[in-house]
Amino acid sequence: MSKQINVALIGNPNTGKTSVFNALTGLNQKVGNYPGITVDKKEGTCKLADGTKAHILDLPGTYSLNASSLDENVVIELLLNRNDKNFPDVAVVVTDVENLKRNLLLFTQIKDLEIPTVLAINMSDRMAYKGISLDIPYLESQLETKIALISTRKNNGISELKELIAKYDSLSTKPCLNASSIDPEYFDSLKKAFPDQLLYKLWLVITQDVNFGKTDRATIEAVNNFKTKSETDLKRLQQKETIKRYQFINNTLKKGQTIDLANAKDFRIKIDRILTHKVWGYVIFFFILLLMFQAVYDWATYPADLIDLGFSNLADWVKNTLPAGAFTNLLAEGIIAGIGGIMVFIPPIAFLFLFISILEESGYMSRVVFLMDRLMRRFGLSGKSVVPLISGNACAIPAVMAARNIESWKERLITILVTPFTTCSARLPVYVIIIALVIPEGTFLGLSYQALTLMSLYALGFLTAVFAAFILNKILKIKSKSYFVIEMPSYKMPLLKNVGLTVLEKTKTFVFEAGKIILAISIVLWFLASYGPGEQFNNAEAIVTERHPNLSEDELNDLVAEHKLEHSYIGIIGKGMEPVIQPLGYDWKIGIGLVTSFAAREVFVGTLATIYSIGSANDIEDEDEAMSTIKNRMAEETHSDGTKVFTLASGISLLLFYAFAMQCMSTLAVVKRETNSWKWPSLQLVFMSGFAYIVALIAFQVLK
Amino acid sequence: MTLADLKRGQHAVITDVSSKEIPLKLLEMGCLPGNSVELVAISSFSDPMYLNINGSHLAIRKETANHILIASIDE
Repeated sequence: MSKQINVALIGNPNTGKTSVFNALTGLNQKVGNYPGITVDKKEGTCKLADGTKAHILDLPGTYSLNASSLDENVVIELLLNRNDKNFPDVAVVVTDVENLKRNLLLFTQIKDLEIPTVLAINMSDRMAYKGISLDIPYLESQLETKIALISTRKNNGISELKELIAKYDSLSTKPCLNASSIDPEYFDSLKKAFPDQLLYKLWLVITQDVNFGKTDRATIEAVNNFKTKSETDLKRLQQKETIKRYQFINNTLKKGQTIDLANAKDFRIKIDRILTHKVWGYVIFFFILLLMFQAVYDWATYPADLIDLGFSNLADWVKNTLPAGAFTNLLAEGIIAGIGGIMVFIPPIAFLFLFISILEESGYMSRVVFLMDRLMRRFGLSGKSVVPLISGNACAIPAVMAARNIESWKERLITILVTPFTTCSARLPVYVIIIALVIPEGTFLGLSYQALTLMSLYALGFLTAVFAAFILNKILKIKSKSYFVIEMPSYKMPLLKNVGLTVLEKTKTFVFEAGKIILAISIVLWFLASYGPGEQFNNAEAIVTERHPNLSEDELNDLVAEHKLEHSYIGIIGKGMEPVIQPLGYDWKIGIGLVTSFAAREVFVGTLATIYSIGSANDIEDEDEAMSTIKNRMAEETHSDGTKVFTLASGISLLLFYAFAMQCMSTLAVVKRETNSWKWPSLQLVFMSGFAYIVALIAFQVLK
Repeated sequence: MTLADLKRGQHAVITDVSSKEIPLKLLEMGCLPGNSVELVAISSFSDPMYLNINGSHLAIRKETANHILIASIDE
């Protein structure tokens, strides 16, 4: 049997750690979650030269082992727990050759934990350009490690890194400095109290509370009682420790690294002069946003139309091939149409994630954060809220998680609360179909009314988010230290592989998550709509025939199906809620759509498709009707008095309802996890949906 | 003189950091006494500040910069 070893990739943000992970694992990787929390867990495998299988874990980026966020805490929890099944046999600390000084801080801490450690110095292709040269043997001896000089960009040094990983048991586990000298007395007493434990591990467990307070202390329980110092003293000691580590690093690099400033170039400053300019910076950002939306809503329509065509052909094929009946209708018009409705959104979502990941990979996103911080602060947000608010246009779930690196709790909470107002892609299917139904054709200044409506809905979502933030900032009484720090990394050409893998991963998640919900809901709906209690449902044929004795068979069948639907379980539920939604201009079928939309908005179209497919019996015989799409079905829907269901008034009311209502269980679940309380998601649900109801009500009553 | 008083392009050395107000993370990013600092750029309304501290490029808000003491080395 071949041997398997655990490798953990650890490093500061912006060191290209993920590129190293991608270079090592290629497509043999998967993204999951750490149990109970929403931190992405990236793991993969790679085969080493000697046949050993390496299990590689890409840990979240962190500046040190003193956690200040959930992501960083994951790193410490793992490294402190030798019993964890992922505890590394070898740690690979990834550093950036341009920021070696700062990156080595984390390295010296890991060494103190006596874990075999390889130092990977990345971006070595920039050394000549920056005038940097390194004395590798000297650094290896001072740092008690083996060094791999790599460049993921040029694909250099990866096999050398793999060789060092394979020889992990020959690596030194000696710490490279003595951190306990910052307060020998204190550390001596610690050692006496816990002679079996690693000193630095004890110190980390004791001090985690000071910064974050999440460490699971099951391993060293007694430490709880060992508190001979106040929090301020501990903090001061941590500072002393940091200074001491930097002294060691400075001394080491003084000899081990030479920087020839005459040959060093720094384009960062020159580019930043333009990109962070007080005027041009904002103009450029605005144009990048425009380009992004152009891609998402214009370029993406070409592949999206192809997908749409493919799925409607598939649905037709199913209907013409399988025996006619309710099940075929469910399959063709419920499930296939519903899934197709999601597939159509792969191109815009992929484009959006493509842009976001290019902006982040290149280093530009940090500049946007820098530019926007002052402006966003007026609304109680942080410059870092820009990232969630942009990603929210794809999906609120990753967006809410992206708020995690906002330092101030109040700013972070407000960001989380308002992000669901931004127009996520799940609203698109609903918007597109309603707009096509109720907004007239015609153009204004070269733009079609329909496109203008869609753009206004996007603007509306964003402005509501900002306005809600403004209100929340005034209402919420939360004392939290406003503090903000962001690294401005050097500009880099985004690596195709990294961008591609991100886009693939995010899109896949969206499709599978949405697909699962749609499938489940379609089937449940179909059952609820196909069965019903009592006389009215079971004897529908007799009742309808008695009432309308003179109809042709076709018309009669339609009426029977309609009658059955009204008295099915779903019909009873829908009719029950009709009084609530009637003032908004909706009938009970839309009501069912609203209810299922609380699972996920994109289910709306599939729901109507399922209900309508059951509501009419004869479409298979009629060639034209068999080709009819959900949209045509909706256009033909009438109230019992013969007026159309989808009018301008009810359409606008529905659009506004979807713009504001909180209709996504997954987002609520993520907000619960991120805020650690049901209070905030409940507030979101009640306030957003209540607001949506009132606005939709006013819109319908005014327009009707 | 605090870091908040630094002008664009000016160089200085950090002399003291208020340990109560400054989070450890900032220290770990290089904001320590003895390290050099340069103001690279400022955003609109001169906040936040884009700094080069000891070779690390980072941005912080003015209110944080108020708690970092510096000595100018340009004059």
